[in-house]
Amino acid sequence: MSSTRVLKSEWTKIRSVSSTPWTLLLAMVFTIGLGMLISYFASNDFDNMDARDKLTFDSTAISFAGMGLGQLAMIVFGVLVVSNEYSTGMIRTSLAAVPQRGRFLFSKVAVATALALVVGMVTAFAAFFLGQAMMGDHKVSLGDDGVLRAVIGGGLYMTLIAVFSMGVASILRSPMLSLGILMPLFFLVSPILGSVSATKKVARYLPDQAGQKVMQVVAPFDDDTPYGPWGGLAIMLVWVVVALAVGYLLLKKRDA
Amino acid sequence: MIELEGLTKRYGEKVAVNDLTFAVRPGIVTGFLGPNGAGKSTTMRMMLGLDNPTAGDVRIDGRHYAQIKHPLKYIGALLDAKAMHGGRSAYNHLLCLAQSNGIPDSRVREVLDTVGLTAVAKKKAKGFSLGMGQRLGIAGALLGDPQILMFDEPVNGLDPEGIHWIRNLMKGLAAQGRTVFVSSHLMSEMALTADHLVVIGQGRLLADMSMADFIRQNSRSYVRLRSPQQERLRDVLHAEGITAVEAGNGTLEVDGTPVERLGELAARHSLVLHELSPQQASLEEAFMQLTAESVEYHAHSDTRAPDTSGWQQSNQQWSQKREQ
Repeated sequence: MSSTRVLKSEWTKIRSVSSTPWTLLLAMVFTIGLGMLISYFASNDFDNMDARDKLTFDSTAISFAGMGLGQLAMIVFGVLVVSNEYSTGMIRTSLAAVPQRGRFLFSKVAVATALALVVGMVTAFAAFFLGQAMMGDHKVSLGDDGVLRAVIGGGLYMTLIAVFSMGVASILRSPMLSLGILMPLFFLVSPILGSVSATKKVARYLPDQAGQKVMQVVAPFDDDTPYGPWGGLAIMLVWVVVALAVGYLLLKKRDA
Repeated sequence: MIELEGLTKRYGEKVAVNDLTFAVRPGIVTGFLGPNGAGKSTTMRMMLGLDNPTAGDVRIDGRHYAQIKHPLKYIGALLDAKAMHGGRSAYNHLLCLAQSNGIPDSRVREVLDTVGLTAVAKKKAKGFSLGMGQRLGIAGALLGDPQILMFDEPVNGLDPEGIHWIRNLMKGLAAQGRTVFVSSHLMSEMALTADHLVVIGQGRLLADMSMADFIRQNSRSYVRLRSPQQERLRDVLHAEGITAVEAGNGTLEVDGTPVERLGELAARHSLVLHELSPQQASLEEAFMQLTAESVEYHAHSDTRAPDTSGWQQSNQQWSQKREQ
């Protein structure tokens, strides 16, 4: 196995296009910036809340409130990393150089995942610390129960969102189609299904809702979610693995 | 040596490549000729393992493409000048290819120099002209210093200087003992570069022979006559049982009669001749005759002595039909 060569090649590919720094930078800015803003308003609003809301006030989760927007940039990153190959025609050159298609796809995904993990972790920790700085009296510390798990989980969540997008893009190939499905799914469909009581029980098995559980430190009042923080992340991981596996099987048999 | 055996590609009902069997030998330039849409690119993609054949097999020195470790060191291909990410610089495009096959970084500079793109190495490929993109694609093919090279329509978009350069490059590569396989839809281009010719039409093999044999077998020879006494000349020829065909501009064309006999006939009847010349039909015509049946749409020009503009016209109609 000479996969280090392919990994190196994929690293050159990913660092040499401008969509990489742009999407990752936007993911950081959205997540951190919006998180700070919402943390500031939430802590100011604390005194006006009713007793129940005060009791379930999740300072950690609020500092991650920007992730709803930041994840969209992560989705774009994940989609473009894979679909760029198809939309530009580069795929034929790439597969002529690396005809072992599994090695090609998984080297690409590995490099992009490592980069997303670094950015995701930096973003999660920055969003936490800067968000808590806006919290005034309501801030929590990393040493508090469940907080470190939530912050690390936040970084993992952002990473997995990107990897899931890579899997979907490797199935669909077209960047427009991939984004056209993923963006509304995570920005509209999932939140809507999650807020309607009839569909709530199904929606919580969607990758984003299941994965976001890991960032929760204080459970909502009438929480009946059947999985815990790591259980939720595991559900998300299943989605990711399935998307990548289908993408791989299609790549293996398809004409390039 | 590349060997194709019964290679077939079907897209639903449409057969793009139909039972192709031929071999590409080292040390010569093999031209792969066919009208647009004949299946040349599909065949080449199957040779590189990009498309899966419906039936049949391609072997490169006995192996499948996917079995070759570091294929760029073994076989270099230019498939399509646009098969690259426009946002990446020429240097980085080649660098990622080099790295994937364990080719040293220094080789990137070398091939950029070979194709004359050193000055724009750091520029993004999307700003490149078609000719520059073609050169970058050729640089990619040369990157691993491979023994086998495949070029799909390499002169497309190149200026005359570039065309001259690629011709010499291909000849030089073959002279070094490498296998060079190059496709084109222009017979005239092949005549200048190829030693061996493989012709396909509608996915089927039409000819697989040396260039010299192809010329010998396929070019029609005839005699052109021009006379101010054309009517009398025709009568004389007719009386001798010789068919003359009017070819415009007051000229007559005669098939299958030696030029000497025609001259003697004219002299015997005291006919003035302004021209009496043996002619060889161009290779373009020979190619057209060969592929005539396989082109779906013909231009309705003179069918007996078709000229090249007629060919291009039919070709154009055909590609227009394809685009619809």
